[in-house]
Amino acid sequence: MNRHLISAGDLTRDDALLILDTADELARMSDRPIKKLPTLRGRTVVNLFFEDSTRTRISFEAAAKRLSADVINFSAKGSSVAKGESLKDTAQTLEAMGADGVVIRHSASGAPHRLAGWVRGSVVNAGDGTHEHPTQALLDAFTMRRRLGRLEGLRVTIVGDILHSRVARSNVLLLHTLGADVTLVGPPTLQPVAVDTWPCAVSYDLTATVPKSDVIMMLRVQQERMKAAFFPSVREYSRRYGLDAARMGMLPEHAIVMHPGPMNRGVEIAAEVADAPRSTVVEQVANGVSVRMAVLYLLLGGMAVPA
Amino acid sequence: MPASSKSGPGTGPSVRASGSAEAGGPGGRIARSADAEGGKAVLDSADIGRALTRIAHEIIERTKGAGDVVLLGIPTRGVPLARRLAERISQVEGHSLPWGSLDITMYRDDLRMRPARALGPTHVPAEGIDRRTVVLVDDVLYSGRTVRAALDALNDIGRPRAVQLATLVDRGHRELPIRADYVGKNLPTSQHEVVRVLLEETDDEDTVLLSQGAAAGDPRNDPDADSRSDPRAGPRDGWRSDVRDDPRAESPGDSPQHIARGQS
Repeated sequence: MNRHLISAGDLTRDDALLILDTADELARMSDRPIKKLPTLRGRTVVNLFFEDSTRTRISFEAAAKRLSADVINFSAKGSSVAKGESLKDTAQTLEAMGADGVVIRHSASGAPHRLAGWVRGSVVNAGDGTHEHPTQALLDAFTMRRRLGRLEGLRVTIVGDILHSRVARSNVLLLHTLGADVTLVGPPTLQPVAVDTWPCAVSYDLTATVPKSDVIMMLRVQQERMKAAFFPSVREYSRRYGLDAARMGMLPEHAIVMHPGPMNRGVEIAAEVADAPRSTVVEQVANGVSVRMAVLYLLLGGMAVPA
Repeated sequence: MPASSKSGPGTGPSVRASGSAEAGGPGGRIARSADAEGGKAVLDSADIGRALTRIAHEIIERTKGAGDVVLLGIPTRGVPLARRLAERISQVEGHSLPWGSLDITMYRDDLRMRPARALGPTHVPAEGIDRRTVVLVDDVLYSGRTVRAALDALNDIGRPRAVQLATLVDRGHRELPIRADYVGKNLPTSQHEVVRVLLEETDDEDTVLLSQGAAAGDPRNDPDADSRSDPRAGPRDGWRSDVRDDPRAESPGDSPQHIARGQS
């Protein structure tokens, strides 16, 4: 395992299972009266968020604080980035402050990779452009394993805007490593060009795929990243690729519905589906803290491995 | 490894201050070779059984019937010991005794000295530990650092009325003001030596082995590693879950016991 967590593809099967097992133990701690461990006492974690986020930033902050790390939050708004400071200059500032871990979200794919070359601490990718979001994939896998008891052989269908989705990329890589069978579903215009080289199946027909799914993961249509017209209308998209009550009814009895959030109710997921008992949306958020604690502990908790 | 087998006094820097280098050992002792993996059996299965039965009776006597006792084993080998003690006490007293496990990894004082390691299970019985007498159970008491970590961990779970300590083997060399309330066997050792407790549940047999030590700086001889380390696993590799979980993961070919028997 590397010192950094940049891509879900960097994790071996053993690495990924170690993270999930560690998260399992840490999740049990959340029932305790004192939800804090002394493990990262004296270590500094910087949350470097160049892109808006509530869920992920709060989740990482809670995880680091529960491990007793000192947390410094940095958001691009109101920082020197607004004055034109480059990523490298920001990295040097962090270096001077002695950050042991840097959690970075950036709108540019590859920013965490560049940052890892500039700082001594561990870099955790919290989402970079349309590239990857490895801790989201880990918490999704964790949620699936908790609900369904296994990952090996699980049929996972990921639906929607695959092209712009870092969640989909990380999930495909991680779930493949862990032995699940992933099918990507979405309009051809929202499938990446080289998707046939990914370790997964591809379909354009949601209705046909739903009954063959143990897990169905709905993705948000990322309007903010779209620079062209990818589908005729939101209504048409919703009809063909949205999960409504009728489609949910076609799922196998045990199947779960996932969504990484934020949801656009009425577009990719109907409100009644989002609030159904088989929806794990809220659970995913809770699990996110345990999984991120596991990642921070395993990256920062021990002796620093020489680069 | 001929070079490392002659680590007399002052040969090479000791990686850990409390390691074996400062004491000096008999010249030409075996270090880090395959035969050092085994050792002399100081307790056999029957001895372990008798020691546990005695400890069980001592717990009952000291706690006046063990009515408010919770047994918490420290992973890995403290957990099966806690279960066995709970069974024995239940048999004598006729009421079931809550028992569980308490992982102390996150509370260790040497986390930064080695790569991050996998966590063991923590299962606190539903009764909780508030206002109860907690008996911590571990296999080997050495530096006392594991027990210190366990006391910190308990602190975050609740407030016991009292905390006591039971250990199968006390090998001395304490580095903290900690003592055991119940001891299976006091085993005077030198810091060069390695004490290994093997249990049916984790190692397929019950025995306690005493072997000549490993080279200075070898984690197997590190008092910090105390009872928690699995000596057969060798140095821990943080990101490999198999090292901790499967004590037989290492050295698949050479069965340490069988070599040890031949040697001793």
